[in-house]
Formats: sequence, structure tokens, C-alpha cells
Amino acid sequence: MTLHVAPSSTAASPAVVVTHLYRAYGSRVVIENLNLRIERGEFVALLGESGCGKTTLLRALAGLDPIDGGRIAAPRRPAVVFQEHRLLPWDTLWRNVALGLQAADVRERAAAALAEVGLGDRLDDWPRNLSGGQAQRVALARALVQEPELLLLDEPFAALDALTRIRMHHLVRELVATHRPGVLLVTHDVDEAIALADRILVMRDGRIAFEHRTSGARSIARAELLAELGVVASHPIPA
Amino acid sequence: MSNLEQTASSVAFDAAQPSDNAVSRAPKVPFEIGRRGLLLLSWLAPVVLLIVWELLAQAGWLSPQVLPAPSKVLRTAFKLAASGSLLNDLGISLLRAIGGFTIGASIGFALGILVGFSRIAEAAIDRSVQMIRAIPFLSLLPLVIVWLGVGEAEKIFLVALGVTFPIYINTTLGIRQIDPKLIELGRVQGLGTLDLIRRIVLPGALPSILTGVRYALATAWLALVVAETIGAQSGIGFLAMDAREFLRTDVIVLTIVIYALIGVAADAIARTFERRLLAWHPNYGGAR
Ligand SMILES: Nc1ncnc2c1ncn2[C@@H]1O[C@H](COP(=O)(O)OP(=O)(O)OP(=O)(O)O)[C@@H](O)[C@H]1O
Ligand SMILES: [Mg+2]
Repeated sequence: MTLHVAPSSTAASPAVVVTHLYRAYGSRVVIENLNLRIERGEFVALLGESGCGKTTLLRALAGLDPIDGGRIAAPRRPAVVFQEHRLLPWDTLWRNVALGLQAADVRERAAAALAEVGLGDRLDDWPRNLSGGQAQRVALARALVQEPELLLLDEPFAALDALTRIRMHHLVRELVATHRPGVLLVTHDVDEAIALADRILVMRDGRIAFEHRTSGARSIARAELLAELGVVASHPIPA
Repeated sequence: MSNLEQTASSVAFDAAQPSDNAVSRAPKVPFEIGRRGLLLLSWLAPVVLLIVWELLAQAGWLSPQVLPAPSKVLRTAFKLAASGSLLNDLGISLLRAIGGFTIGASIGFALGILVGFSRIAEAAIDRSVQMIRAIPFLSLLPLVIVWLGVGEAEKIFLVALGVTFPIYINTTLGIRQIDPKLIELGRVQGLGTLDLIRRIVLPGALPSILTGVRYALATAWLALVVAETIGAQSGIGFLAMDAREFLRTDVIVLTIVIYALIGVAADAIARTFERRLLAWHPNYGGAR
């Protein structure tokens, strides 16, 4: 595992830099010579067909799995939101959000984070009383309360219904705009990628095979369409 | 007909989602009466049995040497309690149970934690423990008496032996059942080993551990009865064996009732703990 502390002297400090990454399960090579750089405040979506290695890459970035070659340079431990909320059922919401938080005013910070995701009145509630979307919002709060420089999202909205998913998109955009971490979002949903990301990557054959910078026009078109459908963005999507 | 089907299907739906308050609340009213009726019915049989027993004893059909009347047992209880000897023996029995339970539970818990966490400890310890567990622990009593005589040590040892295994097994089981995804989450959130244990492993294993505690309470009690029946100079069991010499069936029945009551009380305390500690768990106390 090579998580190096990058020098902070560089003008635009990246959230993560991956060089010549190599990862194999036994003899099956999943990631081969993959290069990737995500700036702070940049929102990157990662598409790719099932089994191409998106989760493998994300887990390597999170430091959850070892890597077999190359280098991952991240300033700090990234925050992760998984497809499942992974809330601890035996802890109240604020204690879930505060998990691993090192600070004197842990409860206040957790409360603020929960308020940000619209659950400020549920501090002492139990996870089992939450809907899927609410639970995923708590998971988001738990990730962001750590003030990460890199936020890794592995299909966090895949299990949600379409409408909740769109609401979550707006929430994530707002949160990312406020906290400005570098974001890597793994998704199967092309529209989701277009709606959220500054840059869309397609992974194939163990590397980044295609890169697309989202033009403002399509995002705006989509936002207008959604507004017509009654889903109102509280922040206009920047061009 | 269709009405009936509809009711049946809605009940099935409720049963499938016990945690959904909004859904299960609706049809509760017609059930409330039924449940209370069933509760009354469940108490009917024991009460009738007690009355029949009393009547048979009063009529002289039941020799006091076989079974004394319940009223006689009650009177004996008051008499013994007034003389202070009952409380004394009860206290001694409880002390033995608590002492043995504390020792056995500590050992079982410590071993369980060790084996639950470390594959090396599992390889080194688990098979031996499982083999010892295969022995009905009460069958060790003659050996324990040879080792320790018939003093306090023998009794506490036997209780501890009975307690160790259920606690050990349920602790290791509880730790193994923890969702590895939650452990992974702990690592993502940057928890150290100690915090990982405190925040994720122990709470996750707690339902299983408490099940072990309840089971251990039962075996502790059983061990105590056996140990006190054989060579004791004090305690509830001694009271029973002493009464046997004088054919005082009223005292014997009283000791049996006391054993039963304390067993029920211990279980009730354990349940209260479960409700408190597992308030988050949908299967235990419905705290919100
Ligand atoms: N623990 C493992 N052991 C062996 N092979 C694995 C393991 N995890 C993943 N793989 C393999 O690695 C490849 C990439 O898996 P990965 O989970 O990264 O795909 P993915 O792009 O996230 O797919 P999806 O979109 O379906 O989530 C797959 O072929 C998978 O079978
Ligand atoms: Mg995946």
C-alpha cells in the first residue's frame, strides 16, 4: 500500500494522483497501467460496463485493498460512501455521523452535518427508522463531516427510486459546492454522470479508455427538463 | 367470502413487516381483545391445577408426605422467613451463584473475545474448548468433589464451569456474525483497533452475548441445585436435603418454588438488560 503525502507546494493541489496503477486478483488482471488525476473541487464520474474494475479502483483509492503496482498519491484518507448505507444499527444518527471523528465538539459537528442533509431534527433517532434515501443522506453526512479532500462514491444512489435519486443529485451538488472535495463517482447511470460531473471517464480493459468534459449546454437542457417535471434544483447548475 | 380473503391477506402482509409501525397499527384493535383473552386462558390451567391440588390435600386424598397443600407450603415459608434461617440460606445460595457466575462469565467472555478476534487463538483454543463442552458438565461433579472436597470452592467451581461455555460460544458466535462491511466501514472512517472493538465489534456481538448470558443463568442455577444437594451445610439445597431426613415435604416443595422464583427473577433481569442495551434492535424493546 502506497499512500504518500503529496507536497502541498503545487499550485493546484490535486485530491488524488494515480500513476501506472496495476491490480490483479490472482491471474486475472483488473487494472493495468491506469493513470488518473482528480483536482480538489473537481467532480469526476466513472462509467464502465459491469465487472470492468470500477469498484476495484475505488477500493484501491480508499486504501481498502492492496495494489500490485504503481502509485496512489493522496493527501489524506479519503471518505467513502458505498452502495449500501452501512449505518451502525446500534448507534443513533448523530453517533453514526460522528464515527471516527476526532474533535472536541463531536456532537455539534455531527448535528451540523445532519442538518446539511436535511435530517437535523433526527439526531437521536435510530437508523432503522429511516427510509433508504434518508439513510443514504446520513451516510453522505458521515463522509462529509470528516472534511475529506477526496470523496469516493460507489453507486451510492443505485438502490434509490428515480425521484429520490434526483433529489440526492441536487443535495450532492450543493454539498460538493460547499465542501469542495475532489469527487470520484462510480455509476451506471449516464444521465447521472452528465448531471453531476465536470468530467466523465469511461473505464475499459483496465484503464481509462475515454474522457469527456461535460459541456454546460446539455446539463442546462436537462435541468430545464427536470424543472418542467416538477423537480426544482435549489442551485442552478453552473455552465 | 371476498371480505374474509381480504382480511387474511392483510394479516399476512402485516406479519411480513413487523417493524412497519404504520401498517401493523391499523388492525390492532380487534386483536387486543383476543390477546387479553389468550392471556387469561393461559393462566387458567395453572390456577385450576393449584386449586385442585389444594382441595385434594384438604380432603385428605393427598398424603402430606407425598405432597403438602399449597397453603401449608405458604405457612412454612412465613415461619422459616420469620425465624431468619430462610433468608440466611437464600443469601448463601445467591452468593454462590453470583460468585460462580462472575468467574465463569469472565473466563467465557475473555476466551470468546480472544478466539473471535484471533485466528491463532482460535486454532489454539477452540477445539479444546469444544471438546470439553461435549462433556455434560454435571458429570464432572464426582471428580470436582475429589479435587476440591464438598466446600464452597466445589460449588463455585461447578457453577463457573456451567456458565463458561454458553458465554464463550455465544461471544465467539456474535463476533463472527458481525457484518464485515461494517468492519470495513470502521476502517474507512479511520477507527483504530480499540475503537473498532468498542464501536462496532462489541455492540454487534451484544445480542448474541446476552443470549449466552440468559442461557448461562439457567445452567448456573442448575449447577447450584446439584452442588447444594450433594454435601452442603447451608443454602437452599441444604434446606431441602435436611428436610428430606424428616420427611418435611412442605420445606422441600418450598425450596423447589424458591429455586423456580429466583430462576424467573434472574431471567427477568436479563430481559430488562436486553431491552435496555438492545433498544436499537427491532427484535427487542421497541424503543425509538
Ligand atoms: N475479491 C475478488 N476476488 C477475485 N476477483 C474479484 C474480486 N473482486 C472483484 N473481482 C473481479 O474483478 C473484476 C472487477 O470487479 P469490480 O467489482 O471492480 O467491477 P465493477 O466495475 O465495480 O462492476 P459493477 O459495475 O458490476 O459493480 C470482475 O471481473 C470481478 O469478477
Ligand atoms: Mg462495482
